Amino acid sequence: MPTSTQSKPVKLKTHEEKQGFAYHMRRYWQLYALMVIPVVYYIVIRYLPMIGNVIAFRRYRAGSSILGDEFVGLRYVKQFINDTNFRKAFRNTLLLNFKYLIVSFPLTLIFALLLNEIKNAPWKKFVQTVSYLPHFISMVILAGMVREIVSTSGPINQLIVSMGGTATSFISLPEWFTTIFVVSGVWQGIGWGSIMYLAAMSGISPELYEAADIDGANKFQQCLHVTIPGILPTVSTLLVLNIGQLCGSGAFEKVFLLYSPTTYETADIIATYVYRMGIQSGNYSYSTAIGLFQGLINLILLMTANQVSKRLTGSALY
Amino acid sequence: MASAKIKQSNAYRVFTVCNTVLMALISAVMLYPFIYLIAQSFSSAAAINAGEVGLLPVDFNVDTYKNILAGGEFVRYYGNTIVYSVLGTALALLLSSMLAYPLSKVELKGNKIIGPLIIFTMYFGGGMIPSYVVMITLGLRDTVAGFLFPGLISTYYVILMRSFFATIPKELEEAGEMDGLNKIGVFFRIALPLSMPIMATMALFYLVQYWNDWFDAFLYLDTKTKIPVALHLRNLISTAANAEDAGDSIQVAANIKSCAMVLTAAPIICVYPFIQKYFVQGMMLGGVKG
Repeated sequence: MPTSTQSKPVKLKTHEEKQGFAYHMRRYWQLYALMVIPVVYYIVIRYLPMIGNVIAFRRYRAGSSILGDEFVGLRYVKQFINDTNFRKAFRNTLLLNFKYLIVSFPLTLIFALLLNEIKNAPWKKFVQTVSYLPHFISMVILAGMVREIVSTSGPINQLIVSMGGTATSFISLPEWFTTIFVVSGVWQGIGWGSIMYLAAMSGISPELYEAADIDGANKFQQCLHVTIPGILPTVSTLLVLNIGQLCGSGAFEKVFLLYSPTTYETADIIATYVYRMGIQSGNYSYSTAIGLFQGLINLILLMTANQVSKRLTGSALY
Repeated sequence: MASAKIKQSNAYRVFTVCNTVLMALISAVMLYPFIYLIAQSFSSAAAINAGEVGLLPVDFNVDTYKNILAGGEFVRYYGNTIVYSVLGTALALLLSSMLAYPLSKVELKGNKIIGPLIIFTMYFGGGMIPSYVVMITLGLRDTVAGFLFPGLISTYYVILMRSFFATIPKELEEAGEMDGLNKIGVFFRIALPLSMPIMATMALFYLVQYWNDWFDAFLYLDTKTKIPVALHLRNLISTAANAEDAGDSIQVAANIKSCAMVLTAAPIICVYPFIQKYFVQGMMLGGVKG
């Protein structure tokens, strides 16, 4: 008996204990304690709704538990696939996001390149400050401004009338919604969007410009052969990540504040349709099914975009 | 050789002039909507409806401001916004840093599970309806918490904070432990004071977020006296828009709307140019790392 106790590798045991769970917790419990409230927050506010998505397959009525009452299978999925309003909203989501991207992406890049050519520091600072400003105002104020500017008595119509035209109520015409959405988006986002590019440009070594200068490259050639290659990784990463958000709900607030029944045709997106179906009309399960569908597409797009970005440039946003 | 150089610089001079003109135009376009709003807010409703206001106020008066600020209602919503923004920002900073700090410790084994689960929420969320159902079931309807909770911890900001905390020299924290602080003490007494630059930047981001938020108030606050000014503004604008759609002549006068918008945007617009570098700093922190 005593020999067997002696033969136990005592040292190994303490080593094992050191690596063990109990030791780890004894040493670091305070750091875990710090995380408890935020983790509970994530469980309740972020993960519980994720689980709550099961009401896409279980009927939910006001007053039910968050997991719904009875299982109904794919009833709501079948329903929305045949819903012409849903199809329209799906198409509009992709179209609005795509049109905004195709206009704003190159404009932001050009704006950053032009900003970079300003040599007068206070002037550059002024243009930057002014162009970042719209990014910080509330979407409510943006929408209010847009409505005032395109209103029948606003400056655009004043101009049209002064040139002999007739005032048009742009905000209530479906054919104008995309233009209003894209232009106001560029106005709000172009300055702030250029920051990433300016940061990338400031990272380019001045020696490269000196070398190009000695080789006889003019400013335009320097931009083409030094600046643009220098920021290309940033450009491609941002492009890919933006493409990843094409099916997202980023436009929700703005569309919600600018659209009206007369412009649903071109303005209604999935998120606004989900809002109307769910919170306004009380079809919780049906709208959850639609929201889940969009969420899953978005998840796939985002993850793909992130992977592509990693492959391309070795960097990703998250 | 010399003539070529002069030619180039001449072409570049032309470009510089064009660029300056273009940038001035862009700046004007950026500023115009603000100027237009301000002009409207000092004009009479009649002049606005007649389409006379373009750049400068017509029938200059400060009555609209006087009426709004004396009316009590607007002042109350404005006060709500200030209280919610300060309270929300304080809570958000505390909770975000309490999560970000432990996450920045590589030796913490739990991070291998918690980290990815936190980041996953950036890719996929519960969606509008399930989130709404959870909030209502929790009894958060018509409570200040209902307004503050949805945006309380931003995963993106947590990641920014985590990368900052990770740069704090280990020796400083170890010295704190030698002096008898426990790990929570090290966080509050050493790590947080050393992280003031990032905390200031994050505070600004959260402040702007709560100042501008109207949708969570729209969903969860029913009592009119509790709403923040951004939601009040939304209600003003939508009442006016609905009246216009219905061809109704009774509208919210345009000068009242613009006045409310100017007052709501004023703190951000006035303070922003002076603290711009903190915002830009924050943006750079989150910049794509090559």
